[in-house]
Amino acid sequence: MTIEFEAPKPIAQQQFVLKTVAEEMMRAKSRYFDEHEHEIPYDYIEFMHMAMRATGAGSLAPKEKKEEAEDPNKPKRPPIGYQMLAHMLEMLSWGDVGMYLVTPGGGLGAAAVQAAANAEQKAKFLARFGEEKPTFAAMCMTEAGAGSDTSAIRATAVLDKDKDEWVLNGEKIFVTAGDKSITAYEKFGKGFIVVWASIDPKAGRAGMRAFVVEAGTRGVRVEKLEHKMGIRCSDTATITLQDARVPFDHILGSPEVIKDTKGFKGAMATFDATRPLVAATGIGVARAALEFVKEKLTEYGVTIRYGLPRQKLTNIEREVIDMEIMLRSAWLMVIRAVWMADNAKPNAQESSMSKVKAGDVVTKITQRAVEIMGPLGYSRDYLLEKWFRDAKITDIYEGTGQINRLVVARQILGYSGAELR
Amino acid sequence: MYSFEPSEEQKMLIDAVSRYATSDLRPAAHDAEENKELPPKLISKGWELGVLQASIPEAYGGFGERSAVTGVLAAEAMAYGDLAGALAVGIPGLFALPVLLIGSEEQKKRYLPPVIEADWRAYTAALIEPSFDFDPNDLKTTAIAKGADYILNGEKTFVPFAANAEAMIVYAKLDGVTKGFIVPKGAAGLRVGEEREKYMGLNALPFYKVTLDDLKVPQANLLPGDFAAVLDASRLALAAMAIGVAKAAYEYSRDYAKERDVFGVKVAQKQAIAFMLAEMATEIEAIRLLTWEAAWMSDTNKEDASKQAYLSATGAMDMAMMVTDRAVQILGGHGYIREHPVEMWMREGRGFAMFTGLAIV
Repeated sequence: MTIEFEAPKPIAQQQFVLKTVAEEMMRAKSRYFDEHEHEIPYDYIEFMHMAMRATGAGSLAPKEKKEEAEDPNKPKRPPIGYQMLAHMLEMLSWGDVGMYLVTPGGGLGAAAVQAAANAEQKAKFLARFGEEKPTFAAMCMTEAGAGSDTSAIRATAVLDKDKDEWVLNGEKIFVTAGDKSITAYEKFGKGFIVVWASIDPKAGRAGMRAFVVEAGTRGVRVEKLEHKMGIRCSDTATITLQDARVPFDHILGSPEVIKDTKGFKGAMATFDATRPLVAATGIGVARAALEFVKEKLTEYGVTIRYGLPRQKLTNIEREVIDMEIMLRSAWLMVIRAVWMADNAKPNAQESSMSKVKAGDVVTKITQRAVEIMGPLGYSRDYLLEKWFRDAKITDIYEGTGQINRLVVARQILGYSGAELR
Repeated sequence: MYSFEPSEEQKMLIDAVSRYATSDLRPAAHDAEENKELPPKLISKGWELGVLQASIPEAYGGFGERSAVTGVLAAEAMAYGDLAGALAVGIPGLFALPVLLIGSEEQKKRYLPPVIEADWRAYTAALIEPSFDFDPNDLKTTAIAKGADYILNGEKTFVPFAANAEAMIVYAKLDGVTKGFIVPKGAAGLRVGEEREKYMGLNALPFYKVTLDDLKVPQANLLPGDFAAVLDASRLALAAMAIGVAKAAYEYSRDYAKERDVFGVKVAQKQAIAFMLAEMATEIEAIRLLTWEAAWMSDTNKEDASKQAYLSATGAMDMAMMVTDRAVQILGGHGYIREHPVEMWMREGRGFAMFTGLAIV
């Protein structure tokens, strides 16, 4: 082992292509989709679907091991899947994070299946993302009364033993890509949502399970789509389940309520993989904002004199230098967390740390960037004000900055949830 | 490829340094600061670990190859024990590493073996100047060519071990750029202050003012290379040491918070404290990665290596200030008392804004 910071070659090649996509398919349409909330960017979705089908990149779904005989003489390369994904998400979010959120391929729904499902379930639920039509999946966890505190989830799943089906009831809010995942759109394939519900409301977290609910299931309805501060291209749905029935084997994990919370913790492990990825999207937005500031400053003839002692720097130089430090160090935390994921090293702490840091950094950088740019920063003639609005969600979804601080604190202090509430 | 794990060789070195830092430097730190002196035996023991010797090639008396990555790993581990001790052990490097980095072949052959092959002896460097707008790239000390010599004039401060240094590198502005000059002990025109300088921190180290009064330096003693290489290496060293000090303060306050009872629980069980600790740990990690990358960029001659070294040092000084301040805060009144080391670390934490040139890896 060594300490090295060279992006693996396949990533460098991928970045080159993604930058073009980000510039031409995303940036060019950013303003339009910001101002036409809930319109679907079909061109982008279809292009990405086609590209990902051709290259196999971008999906959280596991790549089936190829049957070809491996050349024993060929040195084995360590896996880089998550590293590749982090770079991809960063670049697409640099293009437009709202649009990135409607990239087909399963998103967080597929990630949950990937993390908690058995082999048969994976085969059944994940294959669809490589088929002809772009397909979506979403994660339904949050409820009106249950955000970070998932033990407050009220949705229920009751087993109907005669029919061998689960009957789901409840209301889920803030479901990213929920509409595209559960509503039958002509241009999209059959998606699914992963619904978190209790199979034993008295058991608390130990009773919490995730269920795959496919598009077209009776009793499932999109109640409304939220109007948001930013990431307007992404649909955020409220979904109700009223006696919605799913087959028995749609439960992820064991149907037994065991006394410990292993099942729940196992599912929570999804977040170890996805938090640094969400952090990566924030880094993309922050980089866009910082690059904009630097370009504008250059236009106005302001140069940043790196290397000067701080007391000799102008305030703007100081701001830009601080932003660069924040951005780069936050990005390295993301890379380290996904590198650990790729190498099967437990990364709960590093993963949450990267999210804490990215949430801080992206909000600070976009806020300061708008301030530095003054009227240019506030004007809708430029995208900076949009990035400021888009950025804030990074510190909220996939675990708020505070819940991630709690996770980090428990890790570094060696405390259980009961010891540090 | 990305990779975040030190090599086996690096791990062995860090282990040895860590053992010395925790079982020798740390226990001696409090008394050294109070008595304003580090035991010479303690310094010798650190020198014998061979951190500097391992970064000098055999041809010049060492037994290795310089690596900035290895350097920052060792510097962090050393400073984690005690910053003053870490700086003292590394003092000969203030002379040897600039010779290695920007010296001529002849200078390396002549000056390095006596430093590297011997026991620890004081060698030092004079870079910092007593001015609020001190800038290593815009020195007020001047060097002017005159015949076969350079004539140096100016005033330096923060020169460690100057009183008994065998030789030092004096930095001065020559034709608009910073250059290093080798100056032997007792050179005419080199005046070392009679009394030690008094600072807010690092009291265990003897610092002196040095005045250059028409100091004559032969042409052969000019280090021909670009000062930027020395500055980068110093920024990396200080970033790593700031991380070491911050880590020490963070761990001390974390352990204290887990022991201290308040309202029927441990104070670490209060989110107000737990969140502070989580942020401290996060910032330390963030800046460590930035510094590792900067060191790797330096080792691999990446285009932006100098800029990244600068960003690391700047980020590290802010981080160290934040972390050490919070460590004192977490201990409350006890943090302010000199019985606990956190107040010392906080005084040291502030110093990283002006320690440029006091350590090199």
